Amino acid sequence: MIKKPKVAVWKFASCDGCQLSLLDCEDELLALSEVIEIANFPEASRRFTKGPYDISLVEGSVTTAHDAERIHKVRKISKFLITIGACATAGGIQALKNFKNVNEFTKYVYANPAYISTLNKSTAIADHVKVDFELRGCPINKYQLLEVINAFLNGRKPNTPSHSVCIDCKTKGNICVVISENIPCLGPVTHSGCDALCPSYNRGCFGCFGPKETPNTSSLSKDLIYRGMSKENVVRFFRTFNAYADSFRKESEAHEKN
Amino acid sequence: MRMPIVLEKKVKHMKKTKILKVEYLTRVEGEGAMFIKIEGEKVKEVKFNIFEPPRFFEAFLRGRNYYEAPDITARICGICPVAYQMSSIHAMENIFNTKLPNHLRELRRLLYCGEWIESHTLHIYMLHAPDFLGYDDAIELAKDHPQIVEKALKLKKIGNEIVNLIGGREIHPINVKVGGFYKMPSKKNMLELNEKLKWARDISIETIKLVSKFEFPDFEQDYHFVALRNENEYPFNEGRLVSNKGLDISIKEYEKYFFEEHVEHSNALHSFIKDKGNYFVGPLARFNLNFDNLTKTCKEIAKEVGINRNCKNPFQSIIVRSIENLFAIEEAMRIINNYDEKLEPNVNIKITAGVGMGCTEAPRGILYHRYKVDEKGIIIEAKIVPPTSQNQKTIEEDLRKFVIQNIHLNDEKLTWKLEQAIRNYDPCISCATHFLKLKIEKL
Repeated sequence: MIKKPKVAVWKFASCDGCQLSLLDCEDELLALSEVIEIANFPEASRRFTKGPYDISLVEGSVTTAHDAERIHKVRKISKFLITIGACATAGGIQALKNFKNVNEFTKYVYANPAYISTLNKSTAIADHVKVDFELRGCPINKYQLLEVINAFLNGRKPNTPSHSVCIDCKTKGNICVVISENIPCLGPVTHSGCDALCPSYNRGCFGCFGPKETPNTSSLSKDLIYRGMSKENVVRFFRTFNAYADSFRKESEAHEKN
Repeated sequence: MRMPIVLEKKVKHMKKTKILKVEYLTRVEGEGAMFIKIEGEKVKEVKFNIFEPPRFFEAFLRGRNYYEAPDITARICGICPVAYQMSSIHAMENIFNTKLPNHLRELRRLLYCGEWIESHTLHIYMLHAPDFLGYDDAIELAKDHPQIVEKALKLKKIGNEIVNLIGGREIHPINVKVGGFYKMPSKKNMLELNEKLKWARDISIETIKLVSKFEFPDFEQDYHFVALRNENEYPFNEGRLVSNKGLDISIKEYEKYFFEEHVEHSNALHSFIKDKGNYFVGPLARFNLNFDNLTKTCKEIAKEVGINRNCKNPFQSIIVRSIENLFAIEEAMRIINNYDEKLEPNVNIKITAGVGMGCTEAPRGILYHRYKVDEKGIIIEAKIVPPTSQNQKTIEEDLRKFVIQNIHLNDEKLTWKLEQAIRNYDPCISCATHFLKLKIEKL
């Protein structure tokens, strides 16, 4: 019998949504379990098979000293380490604390801040260890997840386009929400992956998949301001689930300073 | 072949002292642990702790626009994002005194039905049933009973399809806004769903019959159940907060009766009711307090499987969850039949400064939100109380009593039983952290 490749799922600071995507593959889950061994997936199983693992799927960002150490252990026992979702690839929504004073945040939420141990910043996994592939999205697209697992098991590059949401809108034949209704939209600078979901529902893209390759964020900001958005709202617009992704962070900071 | 279990267990035998612990609880959402210390026949310490890292939502909501709250708070939990969206929009609409027409109210109920079906089916078959049947997970269960797991996955998928159609996607839906929705889904797609729901209805009845045959420990407690209640309908988005011990208040009065404390062993805040202590939220509470508002089919099948409105055994929550699943399916069918795609997707909002509360029934129990916004609609204060932190004290109480009742078992069996006692509550640790490590110390 051929040994099945071992896949492990690891959680850091996150909402569990991206790993849930695996359980949301209702049509594919049992077939998938025929070809891979799900060796560590605490959300779904009590079973635990020791590493090393062929693929580690890492969800969540690093926010505690303990997790900053744990990620190195995960890297050590993984042939391929793939990060899944905006928390793991960019620090997630919790990276909003990176722009503020964390002690003040702890005091606001918890009566006894001394019981809470947390780092000043929420950071992406790639800031700590070598990452073999980053799958974007808040949440990830489950079909892209299957594609990435499939690609790595077959030694090829995953087919996950890095163009903008704009391109997907054009392909779908959506009417542009900016041009037709003056709705603010991050589509021109946001990475593909959701199949232009929000514009298909009459709302502007709000950047779940983070920056696309070489995004022209400053040009977009100019247009947002020209169309009547306040600077404060430009800052908020770039600061959501991918707030600490390099280009979104720089763009928001540029408008905060002025 | 049974693989070694995922829980790291350290059992220390000292003179008369025993420690049972599970450092990473499985088949729950998020990171938690259990620690129990037993001296002779006495339980000295029970900690159900949450080491999920804190994410500070309430802090970074300050300074954001009111309309961002549903999209930001959805990210607290990937399993019940709809609950966060519903509680936040109702709180905002409470501030702005927004009145919604009935068709939008109904569409929100339908979206919630989708989340209940998806979340309940996940918990019944993939997280809870393996405990009763002695499997580590649903995939292992599928090796012996493929038809059960295949049907379960198909049922779960139908819940997700509802959320998908109305919300745009299963996890972190995008179509919900303060004032209604961005877009009305098409009637044609709705009717296609109705065909699938007819199948789901049959399977959910099969599920109730299947799970009611499981073996349940004799474990009835005098719980303080809390849930929303309406005159004529099973609760989702509104109602009065009522209990089996005389509580009957409006959502606005929540913080006069419910308090939170911060304990050292947990990154979640523990909730309690003033002068009454711990309480119990979720399917069992809803069922006991709203039995009269279930559909006729639900009441009949409950009677047939021998479960009544005074169910006090948390292990039987799996039956109650299955009955609620049937309810959500029938309710979804009713709403779809009355649906009119031509009506307006939302109403206008009039922004005013003020404070507002929203409390809705997440699959795991009541989820409370309060916001204070300024005249521009910028959030000045936020408070969020998720269901799991409300159940945390009751879970610890259950562990304390259940461990004594099962002290004769060997450590491995006992630990598994105790994990099961925790899973009764379908704890969502990602939610509660703002929650779970299982350790047992037996002395």
